[in-house]
Amino acid sequence: MNRLDFTATRSVESALTTNKLIKNTYMLLSGTLVWSALMAIVSMAIAPSPMISLGTSLGALALLWFVLPRAANSANGLWVVFAVTGMLGFGLGPTLNYYIALSNGSQIVATAFGGTGIIFLGLSGYALSTKRDFSFMGGFIFAGMLVVLVASLAGLFLNIPGLHLAISAVVILLMSGYILFETSQMVNGGQTNYIMATVSLYLAILNIFTSLLHLLGALGGDD
Amino acid sequence: MDWLKVFSAILIVGWIIFIWPRAKYWLKNSPKAQQGDWQAAIVPIALVVGFVILLIMMV
Repeated sequence: MNRLDFTATRSVESALTTNKLIKNTYMLLSGTLVWSALMAIVSMAIAPSPMISLGTSLGALALLWFVLPRAANSANGLWVVFAVTGMLGFGLGPTLNYYIALSNGSQIVATAFGGTGIIFLGLSGYALSTKRDFSFMGGFIFAGMLVVLVASLAGLFLNIPGLHLAISAVVILLMSGYILFETSQMVNGGQTNYIMATVSLYLAILNIFTSLLHLLGALGGDD
Repeated sequence: MDWLKVFSAILIVGWIIFIWPRAKYWLKNSPKAQQGDWQAAIVPIALVVGFVILLIMMV
């Protein structure tokens, strides 16, 4: 095989691997989103206390932290992903119940849901079609996330008007950038594990949804 | 003591510790943006901003 054939074979193999990664990621992502939505509906019906909802979120974080990195390269990783997304979906129940109780609550939730879907599909489709490498945004996005988390921590104890709304707006911007970043990582070989890619995109979608819910609830029409 | 706030703070601190190594890695290893890279990122994000404003006005 001459060098030209070898290069062509390698690039075809690489394209096939990338396509498989993207296909597996989006299939798993749709499965986890449906599962997460089901768990959110169960949680809305049970109406657990916010403390239980917080507990499931802490449990999900613990799984992401200690279990997922060890399981991500095996089939067990799938169980962990469904456990994490199920727990995070369950944790959404009290928040959704709060918004549904508003006079235009179902409209707010439906708009946030549809809006999140359009934002994700638009950004992911854009990153897939341009094939541009957005990894230059990595430092900026992660530094931004740290700033947002520190501001959220401050917001818990300091009563700063408008801080929560500002945080929600910034989270939507950062997570939009993160979708571009993570999708381009898949396309350009920076991310090769579909389980990790699914979790990353799921967290971005969840954050956009909750932030959009917050913004629509606070700034949208009458309540 | 508001336990909800305490547990929320624990959750946020947990996320900070979780993200910290990735932030450190990407701050050190992010490639430099080429000409037009930021523009390619800012345009779709600006569209998202416009879309969110539209959603707020619709609700």
